[in-house]
Amino acid sequence: MTLISIAPLSLLERAEHAAGIAGQFAADVDVTARFPAEAVAALRESGLLAASVPRRFGGEGASLTELAQVAELLGAACSSTGMVFAMHHSQVLSLSRHLAGAPAIERVVSRIAADGLLVASATTELGVGGDVRSSLCFVDASGGATTLVKNTPVISYGSEADLILVTARRDADSAPGDQVLVVCDRADTALERTGTWDTMGLRGTSSFGYLLTATVAAERVVPVAYETISTETMLPAAHVLWAAVWLGMARSATDISRRYVRATARRSIGTIPAGATALVGLVAELERFESLVASSAHRFDEIADDRDALGSVGFVVSMNNLKVTASTLVADMVARALNITGISGFRNDGPYSVSRLFRDAQGAALMVHNDRITANTAHRILIQKGS
Amino acid sequence: MSRLDTIHGVLDTHGKLGSAAATVPAGADLFAHGMTSHASVNVMLALEDAFEIEFPDELLTKATFGTIEAIAAAVDALSPVAA
Repeated sequence: MTLISIAPLSLLERAEHAAGIAGQFAADVDVTARFPAEAVAALRESGLLAASVPRRFGGEGASLTELAQVAELLGAACSSTGMVFAMHHSQVLSLSRHLAGAPAIERVVSRIAADGLLVASATTELGVGGDVRSSLCFVDASGGATTLVKNTPVISYGSEADLILVTARRDADSAPGDQVLVVCDRADTALERTGTWDTMGLRGTSSFGYLLTATVAAERVVPVAYETISTETMLPAAHVLWAAVWLGMARSATDISRRYVRATARRSIGTIPAGATALVGLVAELERFESLVASSAHRFDEIADDRDALGSVGFVVSMNNLKVTASTLVADMVARALNITGISGFRNDGPYSVSRLFRDAQGAALMVHNDRITANTAHRILIQKGS
Repeated sequence: MSRLDTIHGVLDTHGKLGSAAATVPAGADLFAHGMTSHASVNVMLALEDAFEIEFPDELLTKATFGTIEAIAAAVDALSPVAA
């Protein structure tokens, strides 16, 4: 029996159920560097993969605030599952918010809701120096069919996805930045694996490198410039949802620290244990982190349909800073949790281990490197008139 | 030692009560008998240790530790096997 048949469970109740499953398999996902299949199946069965799809296409029309709450719960249980959820919905929103009345893309969005499709993205490309707003590959409609060949250093969960959104130059003569988004069904796409995914952390995202070759109908090219999609949806949604996952990880590290300090306190009742004052700082930091994520998600929801506001320098700078700040916070907080829990936290086993969280948290600053984002922000801030 | 004896012992060691816990009526307000909120934290930690339980956040209220009756009820609810 699937969960959806026991409706009406709220979004958060279903998220808690899925997070429970994610937590159950998190250690195995990490140790064996495998896709969190059980957790993603739970997300699919409970309708959470379709949560962001607008109601008129069969989804729940969840706000970014609601999606962030789900992402946080998942991130606290299994970082990789949280990141898959965050990346998936960044992609779904990138389609559903930029339909431009295109029937073929509307049908795809309806299918995401009806069938619980998992959506991945292929944005980075070998040879462009990591700049996702620049492509070498192009949409080739010269031979009748629409084809696309892209050599990607990573497609997270590419082998597991039902749809892959691929950025490419509009045609063979387009400039590197004149990109479009192409919706590729997994069935129409050949993925030749070119790289491994044996990493320090986030080992379950299965972000292998691939040579991607797709043949799709011409109508599968989204009729909106990727520049617009990226600015108005992909970047703000991804940064808010990633930050929410990292908040969940930070909460998990704080909870472990709290349990550790409390156990220590039981052994020396009447004296304040060594880690208690450090724990106070961690709890205060967690509250700051919560406010940051909640206010950022709320800010997006408030202006979700205001294209001028979404494209304003102030908003773009704020969303860039969110990514940098949140990724720095999670790494810092997990390191502080390690300091509090000491050797118990340093262990790979036992109830106070922060090993997996520590390794996963290192990825936050590196996935789209903070230095690159800060350089981009510095460029934009030159024309900002004040916030 | 019975469950109640253990609770009395914890209160005598950590509760800062003005009289022996065994002489305090089960329904009497422990805070009126001298327990401070600071002392109640130590009582909680000692109860967790003695009964090998963990108080969840929702039970960490003044009411939970307000009377011997309330403490016994909370301990019963959290113990894996009923006493």
